[in-house]
Amino acid sequence: MALVGRSVPRADGPAKVAGTARYVDDLTRPGALLGATLRSPVARGRLRGIRRDPAFDWAGVTVVTAEDVPVNVVALIEEDQPVLASDEVRHAYEPIALVAAEDPVRLARALRALTPEIEPLPPVLTVADALARKAQIHGPDNVFATYRISKGDAAQAIASSPVRLTGRYRTHHQEQLYIEPQGMLAFWDANGAHLVGSLQCPFYVHKGVKRTFSLDDAHVDVTQAVTGGGFGGKEEYPTLLALHALLLAKKSGRPVKMIYNRQEDVEATTKRHPCEVTIESGCDREGNLSAVSIKVLMDGGAYVTLTPVVLSRAALHAAGAYRWEHVAIEAVAVATNTPPNGAFRGFGAPQTIWAIERHMDRIARELSADPLELREKNLLRVGDTTPTGQFLKESVGVQRCVEEARKASGWDKKRASLGAAAPTRPVSALLRRSAPGSSAPRKARGIGASVFLHGAGFTGSGERRLKGRVAIDMLRGPSGKKPLFRIRTASTEIGQGTETVFRQIAAEALWVSMDRVEFATPSTSVVPDSGPTVASRTVMIVGSIVERAARDLFARTENERQKGGGSFDDAALRLLAGKEPVVSEKTYETPGDVVWDDETYRGDAYPVFAWGCDIAEVEVDLDTFETTVLGFWAVQDVGKAINPLLCKGQIEGGTLQAIGWALNERLVVEEGRILNARMANYIVPTSLDAPRFTTVLVEDPYSMGPGGGAKGIGELPMDGGAPAIAAAIEHATGIVRDDLPLLPEDLFAARRTGT
Amino acid sequence: MRIAFVLNGKKRALDAPPLARLLDLLRGPLGLTGTKEGCGEGECGSCTVLLDGVPVNACLVVAGQCDGRTVLTVEGLGTKDGLSDLQDAFVKEGGAQCGICTPGILMAAHALLTANPQPGEGEIRESIAGNVCRCTGYQRIVESIRHAAKERASRESG
Ligand code: FES
Ligand code: FES
Repeated sequence: MALVGRSVPRADGPAKVAGTARYVDDLTRPGALLGATLRSPVARGRLRGIRRDPAFDWAGVTVVTAEDVPVNVVALIEEDQPVLASDEVRHAYEPIALVAAEDPVRLARALRALTPEIEPLPPVLTVADALARKAQIHGPDNVFATYRISKGDAAQAIASSPVRLTGRYRTHHQEQLYIEPQGMLAFWDANGAHLVGSLQCPFYVHKGVKRTFSLDDAHVDVTQAVTGGGFGGKEEYPTLLALHALLLAKKSGRPVKMIYNRQEDVEATTKRHPCEVTIESGCDREGNLSAVSIKVLMDGGAYVTLTPVVLSRAALHAAGAYRWEHVAIEAVAVATNTPPNGAFRGFGAPQTIWAIERHMDRIARELSADPLELREKNLLRVGDTTPTGQFLKESVGVQRCVEEARKASGWDKKRASLGAAAPTRPVSALLRRSAPGSSAPRKARGIGASVFLHGAGFTGSGERRLKGRVAIDMLRGPSGKKPLFRIRTASTEIGQGTETVFRQIAAEALWVSMDRVEFATPSTSVVPDSGPTVASRTVMIVGSIVERAARDLFARTENERQKGGGSFDDAALRLLAGKEPVVSEKTYETPGDVVWDDETYRGDAYPVFAWGCDIAEVEVDLDTFETTVLGFWAVQDVGKAINPLLCKGQIEGGTLQAIGWALNERLVVEEGRILNARMANYIVPTSLDAPRFTTVLVEDPYSMGPGGGAKGIGELPMDGGAPAIAAAIEHATGIVRDDLPLLPEDLFAARRTGT
Repeated sequence: MRIAFVLNGKKRALDAPPLARLLDLLRGPLGLTGTKEGCGEGECGSCTVLLDGVPVNACLVVAGQCDGRTVLTVEGLGTKDGLSDLQDAFVKEGGAQCGICTPGILMAAHALLTANPQPGEGEIRESIAGNVCRCTGYQRIVESIRHAAKERASRESG
């Protein structure tokens, strides 16, 4: 059959291009009201009340406040976040009340007729203020979480190293900016609560609803609508929106649809955590790395949400793709009175990889070494151990990634011929002084690289705790002759290709064509809990369960065929003629040798890592300081590409998000409020900003991966883009930036201060 | 006000406030939800439709402006079981991921290929510069459009 490894067209493609795929805003129910949210205008304060304008005609308008919430917590890692603020308001845009009305005009008027009465309190707006305990806003010390990782004696080893270097690297917020804003449709009936929405993780929403309304499993149904992008932004946030819509539906007795507009979505939903990383390293004059000490500081925002898990992933990726004998990592996340930060593709790793990659360039600069050679010399290999003591026993394709990227991009030649140091390009002179009327080129070109890794699957004992499940049913086909198969999983299709890839994996294992394998719409009443659609775990972890369930059904049918004869289909029909439904449900089994200790933070942080090398070639306009990406080579070790076209699509899309983070995107936050929450002023890359990508898939298979060795790659491409761009700008202009973003004004400022 | 126009090749007439957004008419009373709203202010392009053959943002066009004109939406390109060559190319070449930007991009690309059957990569990128896609990195979109143009050319020459 050989379906795996083939770029079959995506299964959900025809409906999407025909415009018939139904996203949540395309759905409604008879009698549905529209819902909206009243939000806090201030970063911190005490809620004294909500004034309702007596002149407004409230007939037909439903208003929900904290008093209407049965259990006023959003069930996630900690239960510190209320569904609606009742006492202290902890961030701007925090939900205070909800309204529902028949039509958008009435709704907008009703919202304006409500005024929150808030007595402002002094907010904590920066990480520094949080650490200084300017006000106490979370626990005794405003700290959400702290992790420490250590191997050897870093302090001592750094002190005795011939080359000691220190740097501090900062990264900024990033908005997911999925093009479909968040939305949810809710209703109640005799069977309980029903939700249909734009979401990544049906069972997260399920859990939140059960908790807030004290319902059991059977009385909550959460169904995913076709979802217009997520990137982590629809991981935890939809739970809150679902609770809001359900509250309004309950009180009004009508179905309620809530669709955020763009501004509200940017303001209120989670973003990538801003981060500051300080790195101190020791190596010898030849560039052999020996020791590193890393401090990570993250701004979690006003509530815990997923911050501890993001922080953990940040810490676990902080030492990069390199061999260090001695490592000390300390990671701390604090609370501030800003909208909670949360999941965004990469989940903490892009922040620390930015830092370690910029630091590698710092070392290369100090040693006058070729940055790619320095990296190559120190790459992790099979047989090495990571900072947590994880022994890398297979699938470390990073060396090949570097080699292929070097070749494909023409690194050696470009490194010598482009750049500030190139004799034909006196960029440093150009930078110092503009030369009016001079014909000298006012543009400088350069090339830069990054090398990175991304742990696939949940961190630490996550998968072992989670025990993801998948079921495959054997069903009678429409003709009654050819049985069909139906995959039931909570892993959602959010554009990345889950449906197609799962059908490929199952069809291959069942030896049937793909059109005989269906993908059930993820609905909590229909599918088992496969765990959330996050953490680059869908293909690698859940896909491997799909494969096992499919193999099991195949074996059972084959067994029947050997007993009773006939074809595979005959045997399958005989099985279907029995009383019991023919179904195989499998649970994820963490490989026995994957061991993790949460207490000491030692062991196998991830079942396996995916690896990559990115190379960017840029041109910087020396008058405007605009950067154009002329070429981008993304070479990534994916284990095995189940569907190369979709896989490359993930890499290109993720890489462009990383490039946007570096070159286009800047969230302007003042007094805890976002000043550019619109697409007109929060700028993401367009087709004209995007480079032409050369994407190369390296396949160093992971023995436990499905389809012959697939690894998770959803997030990997987010990790390498920004540092590769920064390195290329440095090569082109000599401007060294340790902080993101790299907008023209940032480069201009860096040129002036020489930092 | 009474508005009459040709929508996807068929004459339609309906009553609407003159300042109602074309986007709301399409998605509401006309039942064509293929046209999407991503920003409501002319920035994302996911609501792109063709007005007399020219790409416009349906969130910025008001009902009154459509009277007596022709409007083409994604539903007018083809159907799920009878995709146009351009739609088909997007499926085969990976031009759609989450798909929310896709109808708008298809309309922009359709207008491009009608005016310029053999566009270069720069022209393709220019034609969709008003359509934001957060999923694909644009490369597969460009390839899809290029592929459709190539297929058309080979059909015509063969
Ligand atoms: S919705 Fe019209 S341009 Fe975004
Ligand atoms: S495919 Fe998702 S925004 Fe374009």
